[in-house]
Amino acid sequence: MQFGIFTVGDVTTDPTTGRTPTEHERIKDTVAIALKAEEVGLDVFATGEHHNPPFVPSSPTTLLGHIAARTENLILSTSTTLITTNDPVKIAEDYATLQHLAEGRVDLMMGRGNTGPVYPWFGQDIRQGIPLAIENYALLHKLWREDVVDWEGKFRTALQGFTSTPRPLDGVPPFVWHGSIRSPEIAEQAAYYGDGFFANHIFWPKQHTEKMVRLYRQRYAHYGHGTPEQAIVGLGGQIFMRKNSQDAVREFRPYFDNAPVYGHGPSLEEFSRETPLTVGSPQEVIERTLSFRDYVGDYQRQLFLVDHAGLPLKTVLEQLDILGEEVVPVLRKEFANLRPAGVPATAPLHPAVRTKEA
Amino acid sequence: MQTLKLVAVSAGLSAPSSTRLLADRLLQAARYRLAEQEYAVDVQVVELRDLALDIAKNFVTGFPSEKLQDAIDAVTGADGVVAVTPVFTASYSGLFKSFFDLIDPAALTGTPVLVGATGGTARHSLVLDHALRPLFAYLRAHVVPTAVYAASEDWGSGGDEYTDGLPSRITRAGHELADAVAARPSRSAEEDEIVPFEKQLADLRLD
Repeated sequence: MQFGIFTVGDVTTDPTTGRTPTEHERIKDTVAIALKAEEVGLDVFATGEHHNPPFVPSSPTTLLGHIAARTENLILSTSTTLITTNDPVKIAEDYATLQHLAEGRVDLMMGRGNTGPVYPWFGQDIRQGIPLAIENYALLHKLWREDVVDWEGKFRTALQGFTSTPRPLDGVPPFVWHGSIRSPEIAEQAAYYGDGFFANHIFWPKQHTEKMVRLYRQRYAHYGHGTPEQAIVGLGGQIFMRKNSQDAVREFRPYFDNAPVYGHGPSLEEFSRETPLTVGSPQEVIERTLSFRDYVGDYQRQLFLVDHAGLPLKTVLEQLDILGEEVVPVLRKEFANLRPAGVPATAPLHPAVRTKEA
Repeated sequence: MQTLKLVAVSAGLSAPSSTRLLADRLLQAARYRLAEQEYAVDVQVVELRDLALDIAKNFVTGFPSEKLQDAIDAVTGADGVVAVTPVFTASYSGLFKSFFDLIDPAALTGTPVLVGATGGTARHSLVLDHALRPLFAYLRAHVVPTAVYAASEDWGSGGDEYTDGLPSRITRAGHELADAVAARPSRSAEEDEIVPFEKQLADLRLD
Protein backbone atom coordinates (compact mmCIF):
# COMPACT_ATOMS: atom_id res chain seq x y z
CA MET A 1 0.00 0.00 0.00
CA GLN A 2 1.15 3.53 -0.70
CA PHE A 3 1.21 6.16 2.03
CA GLY A 4 1.86 9.81 1.57
CA ILE A 5 0.78 13.37 2.13
CA PHE A 6 -1.23 15.86 0.15
CA THR A 7 -1.04 19.61 0.54
CA VAL A 8 -3.48 22.38 -0.23
CA GLY A 9 -0.68 24.94 -0.18
CA ASP A 10 -2.56 27.52 1.87
CA VAL A 11 -0.77 30.52 3.33
CA THR A 12 -2.48 30.79 6.71
CA THR A 13 -1.65 32.88 9.77
CA ASP A 14 -0.47 30.80 12.70
CA PRO A 15 -3.24 31.57 15.20
CA THR A 16 -0.95 30.95 18.17
CA THR A 17 1.66 33.51 17.12
CA GLY A 18 -0.22 35.75 14.69
CA ARG A 19 2.58 35.24 12.17
CA THR A 20 1.82 34.74 8.47
CA PRO A 21 4.49 33.12 6.31
CA THR A 22 5.41 34.83 3.07
CA GLU A 23 4.62 33.06 -0.19
CA HIS A 24 8.33 32.46 -0.58
CA GLU A 25 8.52 30.78 2.82
CA ARG A 26 5.45 28.68 2.11
CA ILE A 27 6.87 27.42 -1.17
CA LYS A 28 10.26 26.61 0.39
CA ASP A 29 8.49 24.95 3.34
CA THR A 30 6.47 22.82 0.95
CA VAL A 31 9.70 21.56 -0.60
CA ALA A 32 11.12 20.84 2.86
CA ILE A 33 7.96 18.90 3.70
CA ALA A 34 8.22 16.82 0.52
CA LEU A 35 11.89 16.04 1.16
CA LYS A 36 11.00 15.01 4.72
CA ALA A 37 8.27 12.74 3.36
CA GLU A 38 10.91 10.87 1.36
CA GLU A 39 13.35 10.82 4.28
CA VAL A 40 10.83 9.18 6.64
CA GLY A 41 9.89 6.55 4.06
CA LEU A 42 6.57 7.79 2.73
CA ASP A 43 5.70 6.88 -0.86
CA VAL A 44 3.77 9.83 -2.25
CA PHE A 45 3.77 13.63 -2.20
CA ALA A 46 0.81 15.35 -3.87
CA THR A 47 0.17 19.05 -4.32
CA GLY A 48 -3.08 20.87 -4.96
CA GLU A 49 -3.53 23.43 -7.71
CA HIS A 50 -4.99 26.85 -7.00
CA HIS A 51 -5.12 30.14 -8.83
CA ASN A 52 -6.05 32.56 -6.09
CA PRO A 53 -4.67 33.79 -2.76
CA PRO A 54 -4.06 32.59 -0.08
CA PHE A 55 -2.76 29.56 -1.99
CA VAL A 56 0.69 29.23 -3.59
CA PRO A 57 0.60 26.13 -5.83
CA SER A 58 -0.47 27.59 -9.17
CA SER A 59 2.35 25.82 -11.02
CA PRO A 60 2.43 22.20 -9.84
CA THR A 61 4.91 20.80 -12.35
CA THR A 62 7.45 23.51 -11.51
CA LEU A 63 7.20 22.53 -7.85
CA LEU A 64 7.14 18.79 -8.54
CA GLY A 65 10.02 19.06 -11.04
CA HIS A 66 12.17 20.69 -8.37
CA ILE A 67 11.21 18.03 -5.82
CA ALA A 68 11.89 15.31 -8.39
CA ALA A 69 15.45 16.57 -8.76
CA ARG A 70 16.01 16.36 -5.02
CA THR A 71 14.44 12.96 -4.29
CA GLU A 72 15.02 9.38 -5.36
CA ASN A 73 11.94 7.34 -4.53
CA LEU A 74 9.03 9.64 -3.81
CA ILE A 75 6.09 9.41 -6.23
CA LEU A 76 5.03 12.92 -7.26
CA SER A 77 1.35 13.49 -7.68
CA THR A 78 -1.39 16.10 -7.59
CA SER A 79 -4.50 16.69 -5.52
CA THR A 80 -5.92 17.80 -7.83
CA THR A 81 -4.99 18.89 -11.36
CA LEU A 82 -7.77 21.08 -12.75
CA ILE A 83 -8.99 19.15 -15.76
CA THR A 84 -11.75 21.71 -16.28
CA THR A 85 -9.75 24.89 -16.73
CA ASN A 86 -6.29 23.71 -17.85
CA ASP A 87 -5.72 23.03 -21.50
CA PRO A 88 -5.45 19.23 -21.75
CA VAL A 89 -2.67 19.68 -24.30
CA LYS A 90 -0.58 21.57 -21.75
CA ILE A 91 -1.33 18.94 -19.08
CA ALA A 92 -0.16 16.24 -21.51
CA GLU A 93 3.08 18.11 -22.22
CA ASP A 94 3.85 19.24 -18.67
CA TYR A 95 3.28 15.91 -16.96
CA ALA A 96 5.01 13.88 -19.67
CA THR A 97 8.05 16.13 -19.22
CA LEU A 98 7.85 15.69 -15.45
CA GLN A 99 7.59 11.95 -15.94
CA HIS A 100 10.88 11.91 -17.90
CA LEU A 101 12.67 14.09 -15.35
CA ALA A 102 11.39 11.99 -12.44
CA GLU A 103 12.20 8.67 -14.14
CA GLY A 104 8.57 7.62 -14.07
CA ARG A 105 7.80 8.60 -10.47
CA VAL A 106 4.69 10.54 -11.49
CA ASP A 107 0.95 10.08 -11.36
CA LEU A 108 -1.78 12.68 -11.16
CA MET A 109 -5.30 13.23 -9.95
CA MET A 110 -7.95 14.96 -12.01
CA GLY A 111 -10.38 17.28 -10.25
CA ARG A 112 -12.81 20.01 -11.14
CA GLY A 113 -11.77 22.56 -8.53
CA ASN A 114 -14.17 24.33 -6.21
CA THR A 115 -13.35 28.00 -6.73
CA GLY A 116 -16.07 29.53 -8.90
CA PRO A 117 -14.15 32.44 -10.47
CA VAL A 118 -11.33 30.18 -11.70
CA TYR A 119 -13.61 29.06 -14.54
CA PRO A 120 -14.21 32.55 -15.97
CA TRP A 121 -10.59 33.55 -15.29
CA PHE A 122 -9.57 30.72 -17.61
CA GLY A 123 -12.33 31.36 -20.11
CA GLN A 124 -14.69 28.57 -19.03
CA ASP A 125 -18.21 28.23 -17.67
CA ILE A 126 -18.64 26.55 -14.27
CA ARG A 127 -22.03 25.17 -15.30
CA GLN A 128 -20.11 23.04 -17.81
CA GLY A 129 -17.89 21.58 -15.06
CA ILE A 130 -18.72 17.92 -15.65
CA PRO A 131 -18.76 18.06 -19.47
CA LEU A 132 -15.41 19.92 -19.36
CA ALA A 133 -13.94 17.24 -17.10
CA ILE A 134 -15.17 14.53 -19.46
CA GLU A 135 -14.16 16.09 -22.76
CA ASN A 136 -10.79 17.43 -21.60
CA TYR A 137 -9.81 14.12 -20.10
CA ALA A 138 -10.90 12.23 -23.20
CA LEU A 139 -8.45 14.41 -25.15
CA LEU A 140 -5.65 14.04 -22.59
CA HIS A 141 -6.12 10.26 -22.61
CA LYS A 142 -5.78 10.22 -26.39
CA LEU A 143 -2.78 12.58 -26.51
CA TRP A 144 -0.79 10.21 -24.29
CA ARG A 145 -1.76 7.10 -26.24
CA GLU A 146 -1.84 8.13 -29.89
CA ASP A 147 1.21 9.63 -31.58
CA VAL A 148 -0.78 11.70 -34.04
CA VAL A 149 -4.09 13.10 -32.91
CA ASP A 150 -7.00 14.54 -34.88
CA TRP A 151 -9.48 16.06 -32.48
CA GLU A 152 -12.64 18.07 -32.45
CA GLY A 153 -14.61 18.84 -29.29
CA LYS A 154 -16.97 21.39 -27.85
CA PHE A 155 -14.61 23.31 -25.65
CA ARG A 156 -11.23 23.57 -27.30
CA THR A 157 -9.76 24.54 -30.64
CA ALA A 158 -9.63 21.52 -32.94
CA LEU A 159 -6.35 19.68 -33.44
CA GLN A 160 -5.33 18.16 -36.75
CA GLY A 161 -2.18 16.05 -37.01
CA PHE A 162 -1.04 17.07 -33.54
CA THR A 163 1.67 15.20 -31.64
CA SER A 164 2.07 15.93 -27.95
CA THR A 165 5.74 15.94 -26.99
CA PRO A 166 7.59 14.53 -25.23
CA ARG A 167 5.87 11.18 -25.59
CA PRO A 168 5.26 9.47 -22.21
CA LEU A 169 8.34 7.78 -20.75
CA ASP A 170 8.80 4.38 -22.47
CA GLY A 171 5.36 4.86 -24.01
CA VAL A 172 3.61 4.38 -20.66
CA PRO A 173 1.43 7.35 -19.64
CA PRO A 174 1.31 8.45 -15.99
CA PHE A 175 -1.36 6.66 -13.97
CA VAL A 176 -4.42 8.85 -13.47
CA TRP A 177 -6.77 9.19 -10.52
CA HIS A 178 -10.09 10.98 -10.62
CA GLY A 179 -11.05 12.81 -7.47
CA SER A 180 -14.55 13.77 -6.47
CA ILE A 181 -16.48 14.19 -3.25
CA ARG A 182 -19.95 13.34 -4.47
CA SER A 183 -20.35 13.46 -8.25
CA PRO A 184 -21.29 9.99 -9.52
CA GLU A 185 -20.34 11.05 -13.07
CA ILE A 186 -16.70 11.21 -12.00
CA ALA A 187 -16.75 7.79 -10.31
CA GLU A 188 -18.28 6.52 -13.57
CA GLN A 189 -15.53 8.21 -15.60
CA ALA A 190 -12.77 6.64 -13.48
CA ALA A 191 -14.44 3.22 -13.79
CA TYR A 192 -14.84 3.52 -17.57
CA TYR A 193 -11.13 4.12 -18.15
CA GLY A 194 -9.99 1.69 -15.45
CA ASP A 195 -8.27 4.64 -13.76
CA GLY A 196 -8.02 5.16 -10.01
CA PHE A 197 -10.69 6.81 -7.90
CA PHE A 198 -9.62 9.07 -5.07
CA ALA A 199 -12.10 10.10 -2.39
CA ASN A 200 -11.02 13.31 -0.71
CA HIS A 201 -12.74 11.90 2.37
CA ILE A 202 -11.65 14.70 4.73
CA PHE A 203 -13.93 17.54 5.84
CA TRP A 204 -17.00 15.38 5.00
CA PRO A 205 -18.97 12.60 6.65
CA LYS A 206 -17.86 9.17 5.52
CA GLN A 207 -21.22 8.41 3.83
CA HIS A 208 -20.18 10.32 0.69
CA THR A 209 -16.95 8.35 0.41
CA GLU A 210 -18.66 5.05 1.07
CA LYS A 211 -21.29 5.64 -1.60
CA MET A 212 -18.90 6.93 -4.27
CA VAL A 213 -16.34 4.13 -3.76
CA ARG A 214 -19.08 1.50 -3.91
CA LEU A 215 -20.34 2.96 -7.18
CA TYR A 216 -16.83 3.17 -8.62
CA ARG A 217 -15.99 -0.43 -7.73
CA GLN A 218 -19.22 -1.74 -9.18
CA ARG A 219 -18.78 0.18 -12.45
CA TYR A 220 -15.07 -0.74 -12.67
CA ALA A 221 -16.15 -4.36 -12.80
CA HIS A 222 -18.98 -3.52 -15.22
CA TYR A 223 -16.42 -2.13 -17.69
CA GLY A 224 -14.38 -5.32 -17.43
CA HIS A 225 -11.24 -4.04 -15.74
CA GLY A 226 -11.38 -6.64 -12.97
CA THR A 227 -13.44 -7.49 -9.94
CA PRO A 228 -14.88 -4.69 -7.79
CA GLU A 229 -12.28 -5.55 -5.15
CA GLN A 230 -9.47 -4.96 -7.66
CA ALA A 231 -10.44 -1.37 -8.46
CA ILE A 232 -7.82 1.21 -7.48
CA VAL A 233 -8.98 3.35 -4.58
CA GLY A 234 -7.26 6.18 -2.72
CA LEU A 235 -8.42 8.05 0.36
CA GLY A 236 -7.55 11.26 2.12
CA GLY A 237 -7.09 11.58 5.85
CA GLN A 238 -6.42 14.41 8.27
CA ILE A 239 -4.34 13.88 11.38
CA PHE A 240 -2.46 15.56 14.20
CA MET A 241 -0.46 13.45 16.64
CA ARG A 242 1.46 13.66 19.87
CA LYS A 243 2.63 10.87 22.13
CA ASN A 244 -0.22 11.66 24.50
CA SER A 245 -3.65 12.15 23.06
CA GLN A 246 -4.45 15.13 25.34
CA ASP A 247 -1.29 16.95 24.23
CA ALA A 248 -2.29 16.52 20.59
CA VAL A 249 -5.76 17.93 21.24
CA ARG A 250 -4.43 20.85 23.28
CA GLU A 251 -1.83 21.80 20.68
CA PHE A 252 -4.06 21.39 17.63
CA ARG A 253 -7.21 23.05 18.99
CA PRO A 254 -6.28 26.68 18.16
CA TYR A 255 -5.39 25.63 14.61
CA PHE A 256 -8.64 23.73 14.31
CA ASP A 257 -10.75 26.54 15.77
CA ASN A 258 -9.35 29.10 13.33
CA ALA A 259 -8.82 26.91 10.28
CA PRO A 260 -10.08 27.94 6.87
CA VAL A 261 -12.82 25.57 5.62
CA TYR A 262 -14.30 24.47 8.96
CA GLY A 263 -13.03 26.90 11.64
CA HIS A 264 -15.41 28.93 13.80
CA GLY A 265 -18.00 26.20 13.43
CA PRO A 266 -18.20 22.80 15.10
CA SER A 267 -15.94 21.78 17.96
CA LEU A 268 -12.86 19.66 17.31
CA GLU A 269 -14.64 16.79 19.06
CA GLU A 270 -17.75 17.06 16.88
CA PHE A 271 -15.72 17.35 13.68
CA SER A 272 -13.58 14.36 14.70
CA ARG A 273 -16.73 12.33 15.15
CA GLU A 274 -18.39 13.46 11.92
CA THR A 275 -15.35 13.41 9.58
CA PRO A 276 -12.11 11.38 9.35
CA LEU A 277 -10.15 14.03 11.32
CA THR A 278 -8.09 12.25 13.98
CA VAL A 279 -6.26 14.22 16.64
CA GLY A 280 -4.57 12.02 19.20
CA SER A 281 -1.86 9.44 19.77
CA PRO A 282 -0.16 7.49 16.96
CA GLN A 283 -2.11 4.44 18.11
CA GLU A 284 -5.42 6.30 17.68
CA VAL A 285 -4.41 7.34 14.16
CA ILE A 286 -3.51 3.73 13.34
CA GLU A 287 -6.86 2.45 14.57
CA ARG A 288 -8.90 5.13 12.84
CA THR A 289 -7.07 4.67 9.55
CA LEU A 290 -7.55 0.90 9.64
CA SER A 291 -11.27 1.49 10.18
CA PHE A 292 -11.54 3.23 6.77
CA ARG A 293 -11.18 -0.23 5.26
CA ASP A 294 -14.48 -1.25 6.88
CA TYR A 295 -16.44 0.98 4.51
CA VAL A 296 -14.29 1.25 1.36
CA GLY A 297 -12.71 -2.20 1.29
CA ASP A 298 -9.02 -2.87 0.69
CA TYR A 299 -7.52 0.19 -0.90
CA GLN A 300 -4.22 1.16 -2.44
CA ARG A 301 -3.31 4.69 -1.40
CA GLN A 302 -3.70 6.70 1.78
CA LEU A 303 -2.73 10.39 1.72
CA PHE A 304 -2.75 12.54 4.85
CA LEU A 305 -3.20 16.28 5.14
CA VAL A 306 -0.65 17.47 7.70
CA ASP A 307 0.44 20.98 6.76
CA HIS A 308 -2.57 23.27 6.70
CA ALA A 309 -4.28 25.84 8.95
CA GLY A 310 -1.08 27.72 9.75
CA LEU A 311 0.85 24.89 11.44
CA PRO A 312 4.53 25.91 11.54
CA LEU A 313 7.08 23.97 9.50
CA LYS A 314 8.78 22.54 12.57
CA THR A 315 5.51 21.02 13.78
CA VAL A 316 4.72 19.58 10.35
CA LEU A 317 8.14 17.95 10.14
CA GLU A 318 7.59 16.43 13.60
CA GLN A 319 4.26 15.05 12.38
CA LEU A 320 6.07 13.43 9.45
CA ASP A 321 8.63 11.88 11.80
CA ILE A 322 5.85 10.31 13.87
CA LEU A 323 4.03 9.21 10.73
CA GLY A 324 7.15 7.60 9.23
CA GLU A 325 8.45 6.02 12.42
CA GLU A 326 5.39 4.91 14.35
CA VAL A 327 2.31 4.93 12.15
CA VAL A 328 3.03 3.93 8.56
CA PRO A 329 5.15 0.83 9.33
CA VAL A 330 2.29 -0.57 11.42
CA LEU A 331 -0.34 0.37 8.85
CA ARG A 332 1.70 -1.23 6.05
CA LYS A 333 1.88 -4.49 7.93
CA GLU A 334 -1.74 -4.50 9.12
CA PHE A 335 -3.24 -3.59 5.73
CA ALA A 336 -1.03 -6.17 3.99
CA ASN A 337 -2.19 -8.90 6.38
CA LEU A 338 -5.82 -8.06 5.73
CA ARG A 339 -5.57 -7.75 1.94
CA PRO A 340 -6.71 -10.86 0.04
CA ALA A 341 -4.55 -12.28 -2.75
CA GLY A 342 -5.45 -10.82 -6.12
CA VAL A 343 -6.15 -7.31 -4.80
CA PRO A 344 -3.40 -4.91 -5.91
CA ALA A 345 -1.26 -3.57 -3.07
CA THR A 346 -0.51 -0.27 -4.80
CA ALA A 347 -1.69 1.85 -7.67
CA PRO A 348 0.04 0.83 -10.92
CA LEU A 349 3.68 1.93 -10.98
CA HIS A 350 5.58 3.01 -14.09
CA PRO A 351 7.77 0.12 -15.35
CA ALA A 352 10.88 2.26 -14.71
CA VAL A 353 9.93 2.48 -11.02
CA ARG A 354 9.04 -1.22 -10.80
CA THR A 355 12.42 -2.18 -12.29
CA LYS A 356 14.21 -0.03 -9.75
CA GLU A 357 12.25 -1.52 -6.86
CA ALA A 358 12.91 -5.06 -8.04
CA MET B 1 -53.48 1.91 3.48
CA GLN B 2 -50.15 3.68 3.79
CA THR B 3 -49.57 6.08 6.68
CA LEU B 4 -49.35 9.69 5.59
CA LYS B 5 -46.76 11.88 7.18
CA LEU B 6 -47.34 15.54 8.01
CA VAL B 7 -44.41 17.58 9.25
CA ALA B 8 -44.55 21.09 10.66
CA VAL B 9 -41.53 23.38 10.73
CA SER B 10 -41.78 25.99 13.45
CA ALA B 11 -39.31 28.85 13.65
CA GLY B 12 -40.64 30.28 16.91
CA LEU B 13 -37.92 31.18 19.37
CA SER B 14 -39.62 31.22 22.74
CA ALA B 15 -41.01 28.14 24.44
CA PRO B 16 -43.93 28.01 24.26
CA SER B 17 -44.28 30.22 21.21
CA SER B 18 -47.34 31.42 19.35
CA THR B 19 -45.60 30.23 16.18
CA ARG B 20 -45.51 26.68 17.52
CA LEU B 21 -49.10 27.05 18.68
CA LEU B 22 -50.18 28.02 15.18
CA ALA B 23 -48.15 25.17 13.66
CA ASP B 24 -49.81 22.67 16.02
CA ARG B 25 -53.29 23.95 15.22
CA LEU B 26 -52.67 23.81 11.47
CA LEU B 27 -51.29 20.27 11.73
CA GLN B 28 -54.27 19.23 13.78
CA ALA B 29 -56.77 20.66 11.30
CA ALA B 30 -55.14 18.78 8.43
CA ARG B 31 -54.87 15.61 10.44
CA TYR B 32 -58.53 15.58 11.47
CA ARG B 33 -59.58 16.05 7.89
CA LEU B 34 -57.43 13.13 6.76
CA ALA B 35 -58.57 11.00 9.69
CA GLU B 36 -62.18 11.60 8.66
CA GLN B 37 -61.28 10.06 5.32
CA GLU B 38 -59.78 7.14 7.24
CA TYR B 39 -56.17 7.86 6.46
CA ALA B 40 -53.61 6.90 9.05
CA VAL B 41 -51.57 10.02 9.78
CA ASP B 42 -48.23 10.56 11.53
CA VAL B 43 -47.38 14.08 12.58
CA GLN B 44 -44.05 15.55 13.59
CA VAL B 45 -42.96 19.06 14.52
CA VAL B 46 -39.46 20.29 13.73
CA GLU B 47 -38.55 23.09 16.15
CA LEU B 48 -35.82 25.13 14.48
CA ARG B 49 -34.78 26.65 17.80
CA ASP B 50 -33.39 23.25 18.81
CA LEU B 51 -31.41 23.13 15.58
CA ALA B 52 -30.10 26.70 15.54
CA LEU B 53 -26.46 25.79 16.22
CA ASP B 54 -26.54 22.80 13.88
CA ILE B 55 -27.90 25.03 11.12
CA ALA B 56 -25.12 27.59 11.64
CA LYS B 57 -22.48 24.85 11.68
CA ASN B 58 -23.84 23.42 8.44
CA PHE B 59 -23.15 26.75 6.78
CA VAL B 60 -19.56 26.65 8.02
CA THR B 61 -18.74 23.01 7.24
CA GLY B 62 -21.00 22.32 4.28
CA PHE B 63 -22.67 19.26 5.78
CA PRO B 64 -25.43 18.71 8.36
CA SER B 65 -25.07 17.07 11.76
CA GLU B 66 -26.98 13.84 12.23
CA LYS B 67 -29.72 15.64 14.14
CA LEU B 68 -30.12 18.24 11.41
CA GLN B 69 -30.03 15.58 8.70
CA ASP B 70 -32.87 13.79 10.45
CA ALA B 71 -34.92 16.99 10.46
CA ILE B 72 -34.18 17.67 6.78
CA ASP B 73 -35.09 14.09 5.89
CA ALA B 74 -38.35 14.40 7.83
CA VAL B 75 -39.35 17.53 5.93
CA THR B 76 -38.29 16.36 2.49
CA GLY B 77 -39.86 12.95 3.06
CA ALA B 78 -43.18 14.35 4.29
CA ASP B 79 -46.43 13.98 2.38
CA GLY B 80 -47.41 17.47 3.51
CA VAL B 81 -45.55 20.30 5.21
CA VAL B 82 -46.73 23.09 7.49
CA ALA B 83 -44.19 25.93 7.61
CA VAL B 84 -44.66 28.67 10.18
CA THR B 85 -42.37 31.58 10.99
CA PRO B 86 -42.54 34.66 13.14
CA VAL B 87 -42.23 37.89 11.18
CA PHE B 88 -38.86 39.53 11.71
CA THR B 89 -37.97 42.80 10.00
CA ALA B 90 -40.70 42.57 7.40
CA SER B 91 -40.03 38.96 6.39
CA TYR B 92 -39.55 35.39 7.59
CA SER B 93 -36.96 34.99 10.32
CA GLY B 94 -33.34 34.39 9.37
CA LEU B 95 -33.43 31.02 11.10
CA PHE B 96 -36.44 29.95 9.04
CA LYS B 97 -34.75 30.97 5.78
CA SER B 98 -31.46 29.37 6.83
CA PHE B 99 -33.16 26.03 7.37
CA PHE B 100 -34.75 26.07 3.94
CA ASP B 101 -31.43 27.22 2.44
CA LEU B 102 -30.05 23.83 3.49
CA ILE B 103 -32.71 21.86 1.68
CA ASP B 104 -31.92 20.62 -1.80
CA PRO B 105 -33.84 22.89 -4.20
CA ALA B 106 -35.51 19.89 -5.85
CA ALA B 107 -36.40 18.01 -2.65
CA LEU B 108 -39.80 19.64 -2.09
CA THR B 109 -40.95 19.61 -5.70
CA GLY B 110 -44.68 18.97 -5.71
CA THR B 111 -44.96 18.66 -1.93
CA PRO B 112 -48.14 20.26 -0.55
CA VAL B 113 -47.13 23.09 1.79
CA LEU B 114 -49.26 25.22 4.08
CA VAL B 115 -47.58 28.47 5.10
CA GLY B 116 -48.27 30.44 8.24
CA ALA B 117 -46.80 33.39 10.08
CA THR B 118 -47.19 35.11 13.41
CA GLY B 119 -46.57 38.69 14.46
CA GLY B 120 -47.45 41.38 16.90
CA THR B 121 -49.62 43.25 14.43
CA ALA B 122 -51.83 42.27 11.54
CA ARG B 123 -50.09 44.91 9.41
CA HIS B 124 -47.43 42.31 8.49
CA SER B 125 -49.85 39.74 7.16
CA LEU B 126 -48.86 40.13 3.51
CA VAL B 127 -45.49 38.62 4.42
CA LEU B 128 -47.21 35.34 3.59
CA ASP B 129 -47.68 36.37 0.00
CA HIS B 130 -44.64 38.57 -0.46
CA ALA B 131 -42.04 36.38 1.25
CA LEU B 132 -43.21 32.85 2.00
CA ARG B 133 -44.99 32.05 -1.24
CA PRO B 134 -42.06 33.07 -3.47
CA LEU B 135 -39.70 30.99 -1.33
CA PHE B 136 -41.80 27.87 -1.80
CA ALA B 137 -42.52 28.72 -5.43
CA TYR B 138 -38.76 28.61 -5.99
CA LEU B 139 -38.70 25.20 -4.33
CA ARG B 140 -41.54 24.15 -6.68
CA ALA B 141 -43.68 23.15 -3.74
CA HIS B 142 -47.45 23.10 -4.04
CA VAL B 143 -48.51 25.94 -1.70
CA VAL B 144 -52.19 25.69 -0.76
CA PRO B 145 -54.36 28.77 -1.43
CA THR B 146 -55.10 29.69 2.17
CA ALA B 147 -52.18 30.90 4.23
CA VAL B 148 -52.72 31.75 7.88
CA TYR B 149 -51.43 34.81 9.65
CA ALA B 150 -51.97 35.07 13.38
CA ALA B 151 -51.45 38.47 14.98
CA SER B 152 -51.42 38.66 18.78
CA GLU B 153 -54.97 40.03 18.80
CA ASP B 154 -56.24 37.04 16.77
CA TRP B 155 -55.70 34.73 19.72
CA GLY B 156 -58.32 36.68 21.68
CA SER B 157 -60.94 37.70 19.19
CA GLY B 158 -63.37 36.29 16.67
CA GLY B 159 -63.68 37.41 13.11
CA ASP B 160 -65.27 40.61 11.95
CA GLU B 161 -67.49 41.51 9.04
CA TYR B 162 -64.51 41.36 6.64
CA THR B 163 -62.50 38.38 7.86
CA ASP B 164 -63.05 34.96 9.37
CA GLY B 165 -61.67 34.44 12.83
CA LEU B 166 -58.45 32.47 13.33
CA PRO B 167 -60.13 29.09 14.01
CA SER B 168 -62.06 29.09 10.77
CA ARG B 169 -59.03 30.21 8.78
CA ILE B 170 -56.99 27.42 10.38
CA THR B 171 -59.67 24.87 9.55
CA ARG B 172 -59.95 26.04 5.94
CA ALA B 173 -56.17 25.97 5.45
CA GLY B 174 -55.83 22.59 7.15
CA HIS B 175 -58.51 21.12 4.91
CA GLU B 176 -56.81 22.47 1.81
CA LEU B 177 -53.52 20.88 2.89
CA ALA B 178 -55.23 17.58 3.71
CA ASP B 179 -57.01 17.48 0.35
CA ALA B 180 -53.80 18.24 -1.52
CA VAL B 181 -51.98 15.50 0.40
CA ALA B 182 -54.76 12.98 -0.26
CA ALA B 183 -54.84 13.86 -3.95
CA ARG B 184 -51.11 13.52 -4.41
CA PRO B 185 -49.96 10.34 -6.09
CA SER B 186 -47.83 8.20 -3.80
CA ARG B 187 -44.15 8.49 -4.43
CA SER B 188 -41.89 5.55 -5.09
CA ALA B 189 -38.46 5.47 -3.52
CA GLU B 190 -35.95 7.08 -5.85
CA GLU B 191 -32.96 5.09 -6.96
CA ASP B 192 -29.59 6.64 -7.70
CA GLU B 193 -29.28 6.85 -11.42
CA ILE B 194 -26.02 6.30 -13.19
CA VAL B 195 -25.59 7.93 -16.55
CA PRO B 196 -23.48 5.36 -18.43
CA PHE B 197 -20.21 6.83 -19.61
CA GLU B 198 -20.93 6.09 -23.26
CA LYS B 199 -23.99 8.31 -22.89
CA GLN B 200 -21.90 11.08 -21.30
CA LEU B 201 -19.47 10.88 -24.22
CA ALA B 202 -22.28 10.74 -26.75
CA ASP B 203 -23.79 13.89 -25.25
CA LEU B 204 -20.52 15.62 -26.12
CA ARG B 205 -20.46 13.83 -29.48
CA LEU B 206 -17.14 12.26 -28.54
CA ASP B 207 -18.16 8.63 -29.05
